[in-house]
Amino acid sequence: MRSVQDALTGEIFEEYAVLSVEELSRLCAVEPAYIVELVEEGVLSVTVVEAEQWRFPGTALRRARRALRLQRDLEINLAGVALALELMEELDALRRELSALKAGVFREEFR
Amino acid sequence: MEFKDYYKVMGVARDATEAQIKQAYRKLARKYHPDVSKEKDAEALFKELGEAYEVLKSPEKRAAYDQLGRGPQPGENFRPPPDWGSGFEFSGAGDGAGNRDYSEFFESLFGGARRGRGFDPGRGDPGRGDHDPARGLDHHAKVMLDLEATLQGGSRTFTLRVPEIDAEGHLIAKERVLNVQIPKGILPGQTIRLAGQGGSAGSGATGDLFIEVDFQPHPLYRSDGRDLYLDLPVAPWEAALGASVKAPTPGGLVDLKIPAGSHAGTKLRLRGRGIPATPPGDLYVVLQIALPPAGDDKAKAAYRALADAVPFNPRAHLGVS
Repeated sequence: MRSVQDALTGEIFEEYAVLSVEELSRLCAVEPAYIVELVEEGVLSVTVVEAEQWRFPGTALRRARRALRLQRDLEINLAGVALALELMEELDALRRELSALKAGVFREEFR
Repeated sequence: MEFKDYYKVMGVARDATEAQIKQAYRKLARKYHPDVSKEKDAEALFKELGEAYEVLKSPEKRAAYDQLGRGPQPGENFRPPPDWGSGFEFSGAGDGAGNRDYSEFFESLFGGARRGRGFDPGRGDPGRGDHDPARGLDHHAKVMLDLEATLQGGSRTFTLRVPEIDAEGHLIAKERVLNVQIPKGILPGQTIRLAGQGGSAGSGATGDLFIEVDFQPHPLYRSDGRDLYLDLPVAPWEAALGASVKAPTPGGLVDLKIPAGSHAGTKLRLRGRGIPATPPGDLYVVLQIALPPAGDDKAKAAYRALADAVPFNPRAHLGVS
C-alpha cells in the first residue's frame, strides 16, 4: 500500500527550536524526571534559564534520543551513556580527520 | 514464513543459562547497535538480535519457543500450531524493545500481545511517559541525502517503514512514500520537522514526523559541518610558479589562482562557497602535487636538468641526504 503526496515542506528543527523540559520529554516520550537525570549526568546541557525554567537547544532532541536508545538497548546506566556519547563524539572527530588525511596529503594515486 | 533460530542469532547453546543469554546479548548489542556500529547491516542485525533476546530472556516465551524446536527446521515454512500460546502468559510485552519492528515469525507467535505501538515512540510503551493519548505520536526516521540536496534544495522521495496495528491487533510494517522538500543548507545531523505527519490518534491532533538527515559521501567534496573540502591536483610547476587553473565548485567552474610557492596540502579558501546554511560555509581547496611521469627521453632529460639546476634535499630534516 503506497500513498504518494506532493512535496511536504518542513523546517530545520535545530534552527529554531528552544525546548523546555516538558517539551523535550514529550518529544522523547519519557517522564520529565528522566530529562532532569540526563542534565544531572551531563548528557544534556541547558543553554538558558528563563524564569527559573530550563531551556534546551534543538540539538538536545537527537542527543537525548540517542542516550535513550543506548541506555535501553545496551542496558547501561546513565554514567555509562554519558561516557559512551563522549567517546563516540571523539571517535567521529577522529574518523573525519582520518578521512581528510586519507583523501589528502597521503594519497598518491592520481596520475 | 521462515522459522527463526533465536539461539543461533545469539550464538548461544539451546541449554544456555539466563546469565549466558544476557551476556551474549550485551556483547552483540554493543557490536551491532546502530548508534555505535559501523558495520554495514548493523540495523538489521540489531533488530534480529533484539527480537531473539526478547524471546529468550523471558522464561515463558522461551519455554513456548522451545516447544517449536521439535517441529520444522530453520528456514522451513512455519505455521504456528492452532493451540499456540495457550497455557502461556506473556507478561511485560514490549519492555525494553521500543523501536523494533518484529519479523513476521515473531509476530505470529507473540504479536497478539503487542498493541498500541507507534513508530519508534522512544522508550517503552506509548502509554508510559507522559504521552497524551489525545495526541498522535511523533514519528522519527533517518534518511541519507546526497550533498546536492542541501546545496540546491529540491525535493527527494523516501520510503519509510511505518509499523501499524492491523484489525487483528498484529503489528505490520507498512510502506509510506514521502516526497519531502529539502531545506537548502541543512547539515548532517540536523532534523526536518514535518508538522502533522506523525501518528494519528482518532479525533485528536496528529503527531509530527522528525527526519534526521545524514549525507552520502560525495565523489568530489567532503563536508565538515558547513564547510566543504575539495582535493585539487596541480602540476609541480603550477605550484612552484603560480598559475590560474579551473576548479569545480558546487556553484560551477571557477578560475582559481594558485599562489607561487604553494605546496601539497596548501589550503585555499573560497569564502561562502560551502553549504548555503546561515551563515554559509566555505569551500576549501586542498592542493595535491601530481608528478608527471618520466615516460620518455624528453621528460627524463627535463627531470635531470631540474636535478642539476636545483640543489634540493627533500630529506634534510631527517638528517640524511
